Amino acid sequence: MSQDGIGAAVKRKEDRRFLTGAGHYTDDLSRPGQAFLHVVRSPFAHARVKAIRADAARRAPGVLAVLTGADLAREKIGNIPTGWLIHSKDGTPMVEPPHPALVTDRVRHVGDQVAVVVAATRDQAREAAVLVEVDYEELPAVASVAQAVAPGAPLVWGQAPGNTCYDWTLGDEAATDAAFAKAKTVVSLDVVNNRLIPNAIEPRAALGEYDRATGDYTLHTTSQNPHLTRLLLAAFSFGVPEHKLRVVAPDVGGGFGSKIFHYAEELLVLWAARTVGRPVRWTAQRSESFMSDAHGRDHVSHGELALDADGRFLGLRVRTVANLGAYLSTFAPAVPTYLYGTLFAGCYRTPAIHVSVRTVFTNTVPVDAYRGAGRPEAVFLLERLVDTAARATGIDRVELRRRNFVQPDQFPYQTPVALQYDSGDYGATLAAALDKAGWAGFEARRAEARTRGKLRGIGLSTYVEACGLAPSALAGALGARAGLYESAGVRVDPTGSVTVFTGTHSHGQGHETTFAQIVAEKLGLPLDRVEVVHGDTARTSFGMGTYGSRSLAVGGSALVTALQKVIDKGKKIAAHLLEAGEGDVVFEGGRYVVAGTDRAKTFAEVAFAAYVPHKYPAGLEPGLEETAFYDPKNFTYPAGCHVCEVEIDPETGTTRVVALTAVDDVGVVINPMIVEGQVHGGLAQGVGQALLEGALYDDAGQLLSGSFLGYTMPRASDLPAWQVATRITPCTHNPLGSKGVGEVGAIGSPPAVINAVVDALAHLGVRHVDMPATPERVWRAIRGAAAKG
Amino acid sequence: MPTISLKLNGAPVTVEVEGRTLLVELLRDRLGLTGTHVGCDTSQCGACVVHLDGRSVKSCTLFAVECDGREVRTIEGLARDGELHPVQQAFHEAHALQCGFCTPGMVMSAVDLLARHPGAGEAEIRSWLEGNLCRCTGYENIVRAVKAAGRRTP
Amino acid sequence: MQDFAFLRPESVAAAVAALKARPDAKYLGGGQSLIPVMKLGLSMPSDLVALAGLTELRGIRRDGKTLVVGAGTTHAEVAASPEVRAAVPALAELAGHIGDPQVRNRGTLGGSLAHADPSADYPAAVLALGASVVTDRRTVPADAFFTGMFQTALTADELVVAVRFPEPEKAAYAKFPHPASRFALVGVMVAKGPAGVRVAVTGAGPCVFRAAPLEAALSGRFAPEALDGLAVPEAGLVGDPFGSAEYRAHLVVVLARRAVAACA
Repeated sequence: MSQDGIGAAVKRKEDRRFLTGAGHYTDDLSRPGQAFLHVVRSPFAHARVKAIRADAARRAPGVLAVLTGADLAREKIGNIPTGWLIHSKDGTPMVEPPHPALVTDRVRHVGDQVAVVVAATRDQAREAAVLVEVDYEELPAVASVAQAVAPGAPLVWGQAPGNTCYDWTLGDEAATDAAFAKAKTVVSLDVVNNRLIPNAIEPRAALGEYDRATGDYTLHTTSQNPHLTRLLLAAFSFGVPEHKLRVVAPDVGGGFGSKIFHYAEELLVLWAARTVGRPVRWTAQRSESFMSDAHGRDHVSHGELALDADGRFLGLRVRTVANLGAYLSTFAPAVPTYLYGTLFAGCYRTPAIHVSVRTVFTNTVPVDAYRGAGRPEAVFLLERLVDTAARATGIDRVELRRRNFVQPDQFPYQTPVALQYDSGDYGATLAAALDKAGWAGFEARRAEARTRGKLRGIGLSTYVEACGLAPSALAGALGARAGLYESAGVRVDPTGSVTVFTGTHSHGQGHETTFAQIVAEKLGLPLDRVEVVHGDTARTSFGMGTYGSRSLAVGGSALVTALQKVIDKGKKIAAHLLEAGEGDVVFEGGRYVVAGTDRAKTFAEVAFAAYVPHKYPAGLEPGLEETAFYDPKNFTYPAGCHVCEVEIDPETGTTRVVALTAVDDVGVVINPMIVEGQVHGGLAQGVGQALLEGALYDDAGQLLSGSFLGYTMPRASDLPAWQVATRITPCTHNPLGSKGVGEVGAIGSPPAVINAVVDALAHLGVRHVDMPATPERVWRAIRGAAAKG
Repeated sequence: MPTISLKLNGAPVTVEVEGRTLLVELLRDRLGLTGTHVGCDTSQCGACVVHLDGRSVKSCTLFAVECDGREVRTIEGLARDGELHPVQQAFHEAHALQCGFCTPGMVMSAVDLLARHPGAGEAEIRSWLEGNLCRCTGYENIVRAVKAAGRRTP
Repeated sequence: MQDFAFLRPESVAAAVAALKARPDAKYLGGGQSLIPVMKLGLSMPSDLVALAGLTELRGIRRDGKTLVVGAGTTHAEVAASPEVRAAVPALAELAGHIGDPQVRNRGTLGGSLAHADPSADYPAAVLALGASVVTDRRTVPADAFFTGMFQTALTADELVVAVRFPEPEKAAYAKFPHPASRFALVGVMVAKGPAGVRVAVTGAGPCVFRAAPLEAALSGRFAPEALDGLAVPEAGLVGDPFGSAEYRAHLVVVLARRAVAACA
C-alpha cells in the first residue's frame, strides 16, 4: 500500500493553482473577438409581455444583436426540460409547463429572461440593455406557499389549477391511521423550512463558441455536471448529435447544488455565438444570481408523531406543501418527493409512515436542490418532532431516541418509506457525539451562562440520509429521465503514470487528490504519477456529475472497477513476462509477483510491455487503458449525531452558536482532512439556515433579499470552532465501503441548532422557533412567552 | 483616456484606462491577472481583495485611476521565486480552501492582518475576516491557517 | 457605469473651484460609499474630483480639549490613532468596527459624513459628541449638519475639511450590526461632556437623531439603571425584515443602557 493511499490525510494536489491565482474559472477565459451577452430580465413577478422594442438598443454602439423569445421560437430552439417526472397519487402525471430560455408572452418571476443583448464589450451590452423597451401588463402574482394555495389565487400556469404541480404520497395511509388510533401520545408541529439562496461565491458564467467550419459548439460553463448539460442542449435545444457539442466545466467556484442544473444562459451564449459569429461570454452579476440561480428548500409542513406508553414511535404523518417556483428546474420534482418523503424513518423503527406532498408553482425563482436537497427538510421536521415528543412524554430526549433506534443487528433494515438501510450504528455515533460535546456537564454551563445574563441551551439531532445517487433502475421507476451511474477511465502511460478520467466534477471536493489516492492505493503509485481529469465532455466518458454526495460512492466505485480491469489485464502480461501461470501471479505493493517467489515485475514494467509488446501474450490487445461504468446497487446511508450549544442574549434575542459537535458515519474515509473540511462547510450552511439565511419575497413577488446587503451569509465571526469526528460502519454494497460526506453537515445541524434554541427558551414556555431564528424572531418568542406568562 | 503608471507586483506598468475602470477590471480584463476574483456587486464578498501600498483593499471599489503612482500587489505577486508565501503555505497545510474562488482575497486579507498583528488570535482573526465570504470551508480551517501563519511570521 | 472625467486638484480651493464649475461633478474621497452607489447606477457624476492627494484634509491633532480629525482620515487611521485613543477612545472603537477592514482602509470620515447614510456609524459619534463639521467655508454644528436620509446641510460644492470633537468626560458606542450588511441596525452613542449628556441614535430612523427622553433620564443620573422602564416611541423609526420599528425602538434603549455601562 502506498503511504498516500486510502485513509491518508494527504494535502491537496489542486491547492497550488488556487493559492497562486492560477486557477481557470469560466470568467477567467478570454477569446479573440469575443462579445458579451447581457440578459434583459423581468422587473415584475408576473406580467404579460405586450411588446418588445429593440430598435434603439440595436443601434447602440457596439451592439451585434438583440435577440428575443420570438427569435428563439422562429429558429425552433427547444425549451429547457426537467429531469424527473413525478406522478400524483391519482396516477396523473405532474403538470409540466414549458420553460423557454427567453419568454415569449409572459414573465413569471422577477429575473425571468426577456431578451439578450450581445455587444463588443461588457459595458456596451449593459448600456444597450437599458434601451430595450418592454411593454409589460402587470398581473397578480403569488409568491409564497400560502398565497399559492389560497382559494381563488392567481394562477402561475393556466394548466395547473390551484397552482398544483402534483399531489404525491408515500407510505401506507391506512396503517398510519391505525397506528395513530392506538397511540398513547400524539404530538404535532407546524414548521417552515426557510427558502435559501445557494450563493456559491463564484457567480455563474458561460462562454459559448460556434465553429462555422465544422458546426461544432463549445460551451465553457460553471457546471457540476457537464454531460447532462450537453445531453439536454444537444437533444432538446439545438437538435444536434452530442458529438457536435463539447461542454467544459473548468475550475468551478462552488456549487452546492445550484450549478447542477441546466440554465437558460448556457443555451443563450451558444445561440448568440452562432448568431453573431463570435465567441460570446456571460457572467452573472451577484444581484443577477439572486434572481436567476435556483433557490432551495421552501416548505411549509405539518407533522404528527404517535407514541405508545413506553415512548415507542408507532406512526408518523407528514403533510407538506413545497414551493417549486415558476418553472420546473432540472431536479426540482425529485427534491420534495424521493429525496424527502423517503427520509422520514430517520434512525427509527417507526412502523407506519405516511407522507403527503403537494407542490405548487409560484411567481418566484425556480426552487431545486441545494446542499442536502429534501433531506434537511425531512430531518428538520422529524428531529423537531422527536424533541417535541420528549417534552410531551417527559422522556429524556436522548433516551427517547435510543429507545427507537434501528439496532446494529437489524441491518439491512427495510423502512416503511421505500429505503433499505445497509449499515449503521446510531447508538455509537450518538454516544460519541454526546461524549465529545460534554453533554453530561451541560447544566453547569447553563448555570454559569445565567450569571452572565445569557440563556444557554443544548440540542441534538440524529439523522440518516440517503445519498450516493442512485441505482438507475430504481431511479427510473421513480421518475428519473436519466441513469445515475458513473464512469471512470484509467489510462496507463508506457512509463506507468496514470490518468484518471472521471464523470464526476470537483468544485471544491478535492477529487484530484482523493481519486489519485484511490489509484495510489490500488496500483501502489506515488500521487504525483496520477492525474485526474474531469469536467470536459471531450475527454471523459459520459458521466452524471457531482451532487447528492455521489462522487466517491458512485464515481469512486467506478474508478475501483476500472482499476481492477487494469490490474487484471496487467496480470496476464506479467504472467507472460514472468513465464508463470496467471493464477500464480499476485499484484501487491505495486508489483506483480509469482506467489511464493521473488520473481516480480513492477507495474511500470508491465505498462511498458503493454505499449511495447515485443514479448506479449498471444491474442491479448496491446495497451493498458480501461473504462468502467458503475451503477450502484442501493443508495448509501450516512448517519450521525450533531450536538449544538447556543447562548441567547434575552435582551436582543441574538443567538450565538457557542459549540457544535458533529459525529458522522460517512463510511470508509479516503482522506480524513477533506472529510473534515466537507463537514465544516456543511455545518456552516446548516447554521446559516438555522440562524441567518432566508430568501424573502414580498406579496407582489419582489425579491427583498436580492443582494448580500439583504441576505445574511454566514461570516467567520458568526460561527464557532467546529468539533467533528467520524465513526465508521462501511457501506456494504460498494467496493470502497464509502457512503458520502458532502451534505451531512447541512442535513444534521439545523435541527440541532433549533433544538438548542428551544431548549434555552423552554423554561419560558417557548416550544418552537422557525428558521432562521433571527434576533427579532427570538426576541418576539421570548416576549410572547412572557406575555402568555 | 487617462494614462496611469503603477507598480504592479513589483514591476512598473503604464496603461490607458477609462475613468470608470475599476482596479479589478484593469487587472482581470486588461492585464490578464485573473487570480483576483469578483463575487459580488455590493463590495462585500472580498474575493477581489488586493494590496494598495501594502494595505488590503477591495479592488471592485476602487478606480484604476486612483492607483496612479502607487503600488498594487495581487495574489499572483505573493509567492517569491516559486516559494509560497507563509500564508499561502499555511492555507495549503490546514486545508483552508476548497473551491478556491474566495482564496486569493482571503489570503491577501490575512497577509494584511498578520503584517499588523502577527500574533492575532482566533477572535481577532474571525473579526478581521468580516469582509471575506467563503461558502465552502465554514472558516474553521482558514482561521487555523491564519493563526499558524502568524506564528511562523518572523 | 457611466464614464466620467477624473480630476486631481492640488488644494482644497482648487477642488471646490472644480466642483463649482461642474454642476454634475462629485468629490471622491475613499469611494466606499460613492463607488457602490455608482455601480448601482444611482449616481452618474460627470466628473470625479479626487481628494486623496490633499494634505489639507489629512491629520489628527489635539487642539486644547478638542480633537481635530481631518476629513480625509481613513477609518483605519482613526481606529489606530494614539491621539484619538487618548482623547476620545469611543471614537477609535467606533471607527474600528465600521464595515470591514478593507472598507476601513479606504473609507474616510468626511466621505461618511457627506454621504449621511442613515445606518452609518460616524454620524452617531458626531452628533453625540456635539462635534463641529468644518467645511471649506464655515463650521456647522452637528445638530444642524444631518438634515434627513442621505441629506446634510452641505451645499452641492461644499467640502468637509475636518471635524472638531470636543473631548467628552465619558463616551461609548454600542452597535447592533445588521446581520447581512454590517451597517448599524441600531447604533447608540452616549456621551457626557461639556454640553451635558447627549445620546445619538443611528440606524433606527431615516436620519441619525438624539434621543431626548434618554438624555433627560441620564442627565439626572448617568447610570444604566436610569434608563429602566424607558421606551423610545417607534413612530418615525424605520422597519424592514431585519428589524421592525418596534424592535429597533426596543434596541435603542438596550444599547443605550449598554453604552452607559461601558462608560463606567
